[in-house]
Amino acid sequence: MPKVGIIAVGQSAFVRSYPGSIRELAFEAFRDALKGLPIRAQQIDASVVCSAPEYDKQRTPAGLIAEYLGLNPQPTFYVESVCSSSSSGLRTAYALIASGLHDVVMVLGFQKMSEISSAESQERMGRGADIQWEAPFGTMMPAYYAMHARGHFEKYGTTEEDLGLIRLKSSTYGVINEKAVFRKSLTLDKIMEPKYIATPLKMMDCCANADGSSCVLLASEQKAKELCEKPVWVRGLGMATAPINMAGRDTFSGLKCAQLAARRAYDMAGLGPKDIDVAEVHDCSTEAEMMAYEDLGFAEPGKGKDLIRNKETYREGRIPVNVDGGLLSKGHPIGATGGSQIRTIALQLRGEAGPMQVPNAKVGLVHNIGGVGIYGNVSIFSVD
Amino acid sequence: MGFEQFGIVSFTSTTKTEKFVDFLKEGKVCGTICKSCGAKFFPPRGDCNFCLSEEMEWFGITGAGELITYTQAMYAPAGFEKDVPYTLGVARFEDGAKVFGRLDKSIPDENIRPGMKVRLKVIDLDDDRLSYVLTQA
Ligand SMILES: [Zn+2]
Repeated sequence: MPKVGIIAVGQSAFVRSYPGSIRELAFEAFRDALKGLPIRAQQIDASVVCSAPEYDKQRTPAGLIAEYLGLNPQPTFYVESVCSSSSSGLRTAYALIASGLHDVVMVLGFQKMSEISSAESQERMGRGADIQWEAPFGTMMPAYYAMHARGHFEKYGTTEEDLGLIRLKSSTYGVINEKAVFRKSLTLDKIMEPKYIATPLKMMDCCANADGSSCVLLASEQKAKELCEKPVWVRGLGMATAPINMAGRDTFSGLKCAQLAARRAYDMAGLGPKDIDVAEVHDCSTEAEMMAYEDLGFAEPGKGKDLIRNKETYREGRIPVNVDGGLLSKGHPIGATGGSQIRTIALQLRGEAGPMQVPNAKVGLVHNIGGVGIYGNVSIFSVD
Repeated sequence: MGFEQFGIVSFTSTTKTEKFVDFLKEGKVCGTICKSCGAKFFPPRGDCNFCLSEEMEWFGITGAGELITYTQAMYAPAGFEKDVPYTLGVARFEDGAKVFGRLDKSIPDENIRPGMKVRLKVIDLDDDRLSYVLTQA
């Protein structure tokens, strides 16, 4: 397989409500990625634009954003897999480059969740599941993760406090991430306040909506070496899917799509969980991070709780996870999230992660889930 | 009215599995079986992804099931606000079918746990709508 490298990464600050339009929000990440580099729009051969369309008022945003970023007349199109859209965008960009069709491809993820009113948002929320067989009961994303939390507790003896410890870790790093929406320091007492969203998940177990954008620029091996001093190579890309309907699931203590995506990514990279120096996982809820520990093989099934109890996923631990605060602290602007995770890992591997830097990180992993385990994307990167 | 009679808020009006609602009116919760290859489906399907047939017959989910997991929702999407809190869950039935739905409001909270025996019950809702719940067996 030809080598494909990341040559630039950027993201906007993630905020509750971005005071501009979606094209301007997209530009924030684009500017952040290209700032200080000799690369300009005319060197970008194609772009992949990613968001969840139910939050967009603009129809077909790819064309609008390509124009505003100065990417005409090169190809552009839209890729969607809800919360993992920009990881699916990465997969698409990789294929475009590895096939030899294009040399330099941009993945631009964005979401302005504040684009629609909270009443409209409430209405959209109910339609994230199977609208024929599940939505008529009154479903929403936290309830689905909550059923997985209950399944995990039942099977392995995990507790609400174990999940609380994940949020405590998140806040430790949210405080030092200037691009995060939630930067307050939290105590375990505050996290454990019994304000339930869907039992056993509480307010602090769930991430917040945000507006934000992310930008990842990829290139063929030759172009990457020409344009970038320290490319970050794409080593493994795994994607898998699972039934949207809960009646189609065998277990509620892990996500099948993530387990299979991880195996595919490890196989492609010729690496295993022990080779990963730093990881970004999809912690839209604390339970999602708990399952990720096990689905990715960082812990045996049921042992995820020991990782967090022993602080092994802290920056100083055996396998640092979400040391940028994760979705829980950064916020979760759906289409931008995967690109933001990829950015964090690229910065880590280039040694540019500032106060969040994991010493000597050489191999990094991104775990990005769409829906509650409908789409699983796991991507592995390295600097060598 | 057709399929949109199913559930508290409906998002689907036409489907090959519209008879699901007719069976609810008879007090039965039904899935489909492929007449060609025998594959069993719940929720019901009008098309078999194994053999591509669209010849289906219906079967009723009867007997006792076991609750696998559940959550009590304290917030709700638009159209469901007046119902909170309500409990959602998944149960596995004796014939292997898994069913997602709400739990009967009459079940005491302290009885709700994975492993609880449940059965399906059809319920009438406002405005000539109907649904099913998982109730304690
Ligand atoms: Zn068949």
